[in-house]
Amino acid sequence: MTAIYAYFLTLPFAAVIEPHLPVLQVVVPLLCAPICVLLRHAKLSWLWATIVTWLVFFIALVLLGKVLAGGLIIYEIGNWPPPWGIEYRIDAANALVLVIITAIGAITLPYAKASVEKEVSEPRIYLFYLMYMLCLTGLIGITTTADAFNLFVFLEISSLSSYVLISLGGSRRALTASYRYLVMGTLGATFYIIGVGMMYMMTGSLNMADLATLLPAVDHTRTVLAAFAFVVVGLGLKLAMFPLHTWLPNAYAFAPSAVTVFLASTATKVAIYALLRLVLTVFGGTDLFNVTHISLMLVILAVIGMFAGAFVAIFQKDVKRMLAYSSVSQVGYMVLGIGLATAAGVTGSIVHLFNHAVMKGAAFMAVGAMFYVVGSVRLDDLAGIGKRMPVTTAVFLVAGLSLIGTPVTVGFISKWQLVQAAIELGWWYVAAGVLLSSLLAIAYVWRVVEVAYLQAPPEGAALRTEAPVSMLVPMIVLAAAAVWFGIDGDTTLRLAGEAANALMGAAQGGKP
Amino acid sequence: MMHRKVVLRVVSKFLIPPILLFALYVQFHGDFGPGGGFQAGVIFGSGFILYAILFGVDTVKKVLPPWATRLMLVAGVLTYGLTGVAGLILGGNYLDYNVLAHDPVHGQHYGILIVELGVGTTVAAAMITIFNVFAGQPGGD
Repeated sequence: MTAIYAYFLTLPFAAVIEPHLPVLQVVVPLLCAPICVLLRHAKLSWLWATIVTWLVFFIALVLLGKVLAGGLIIYEIGNWPPPWGIEYRIDAANALVLVIITAIGAITLPYAKASVEKEVSEPRIYLFYLMYMLCLTGLIGITTTADAFNLFVFLEISSLSSYVLISLGGSRRALTASYRYLVMGTLGATFYIIGVGMMYMMTGSLNMADLATLLPAVDHTRTVLAAFAFVVVGLGLKLAMFPLHTWLPNAYAFAPSAVTVFLASTATKVAIYALLRLVLTVFGGTDLFNVTHISLMLVILAVIGMFAGAFVAIFQKDVKRMLAYSSVSQVGYMVLGIGLATAAGVTGSIVHLFNHAVMKGAAFMAVGAMFYVVGSVRLDDLAGIGKRMPVTTAVFLVAGLSLIGTPVTVGFISKWQLVQAAIELGWWYVAAGVLLSSLLAIAYVWRVVEVAYLQAPPEGAALRTEAPVSMLVPMIVLAAAAVWFGIDGDTTLRLAGEAANALMGAAQGGKP
Repeated sequence: MMHRKVVLRVVSKFLIPPILLFALYVQFHGDFGPGGGFQAGVIFGSGFILYAILFGVDTVKKVLPPWATRLMLVAGVLTYGLTGVAGLILGGNYLDYNVLAHDPVHGQHYGILIVELGVGTTVAAAMITIFNVFAGQPGGD
């Protein structure tokens, strides 16, 4: 990372551009997205979107390098000093999340080309890439901003564009799925903004750092208590925390494959980051964490979610839906880390953000490739897919093993970290829950493996009909990353540890 | 369509020019009084929508074809965004209007005028596009 930052400084104009990187991260995709409307051409829009997202990924890497080298980066929009102006603030936590979402955003695009051409009608493809870039802008914005209201604006940008992306799915059920997500997502965003409004009422500030210093003085008031509840429930809706997850399975199942890959690996992750930021940094100095017993509440919901999601996943006949329910279960692990509220727990939560993005991205890419070739991802239609599409099925197997949490994959690293964090607190039953829910993951992954490898392919099905190379390479890269970071867990754990420190640093006094 | 409602057609022809003019007033008076790009864009768009209600979507598309509204949509966003980038190139932060002119006060003035023009363009185009898309659905009249 630091090497990339050093390389960036050798580029022409680097000294001029360098201070503006935090805002360029948002502005570049935001202003490049409308260009797609002028291009109005499927292939050109794809090329344009690819160039832009890879550039954004590069910026994110440079920013992470800069943060690791020099600490906090602060950028004042329009040169208005905070708390009056909007401030972008990048520390280890959001620099890491930025790298995760832009990496997934960049690697999904080469994959998307063939997949989108198959699933979205030609005249709408340019709209697809427009919305894709806007969604990326929104997610990056949520992560970069240090202003509670600005976060809401970006939340809306990312949500509105993701509703459109989901509705571009082939079947008509994509429309109802998207509408349902729209209703739930709007509820979530509204709850969040009500919470922010109440905080503003009590403190007169919207800047997160400012709120963190002002809130402790008024934290005994019912208004701030209600604000806390609204924010947690609102973001809980966006991140699909059990039992607020009901929009997720259909949205993921009926969206175009590339959208499922992108949203499953980024959207819920960014919402979790927002929850971490609000709960640990903004409310970090207050006593609300203890007063509301939110720790216990989050842990209970997380554990129920872990089991319920995995249990329902076992009975799904459609592999995309199965993975979507598995996401509900995996979100449970991330929420668990927040609920534990120790440095180790939050580290586990953040490392799982990264790990889950990698493995779920690989899994959904493999399923999308199967859909590309077979035209369906119902278990009945995938008989013998291991012989028909060996590479794709192997990628799915690696991702599946990672979802279970087998050693040498990323899933193991994060589960190990979470189990350790739970044991540290003496919460044995939570640690046992993490392990037992992994057993359920074995069940649903096994169902696919059984159909793929142990059943014979249907008569007349062509052997070795892999998806195009442009789809294979990204999924192999992600699967390789799932193994690489599973063997070398130190890098990600160290980054996640620094991120956890950055999130909790401002609030050491009020921690339980 | 309401081809036979002569009163409505004549009155609306009288009203549409003042509506558009009022939109421009709201647009450019926005930094002295109530108003601004969003409100102006809605008023400007409503002039076209009134015309479309009375004379049909196809007629209004002759005046303002879809490619033009699309261009307006993009141009407005880019006007706003590139004003910010201009501030950045001239040595300030993003959206810093102080550097747009020699005098920071004038800079702020120019900046907000251009930005609001961008907002107005996009909002007007968005209103017209949304109306045309819904009213142009087959089966609706």
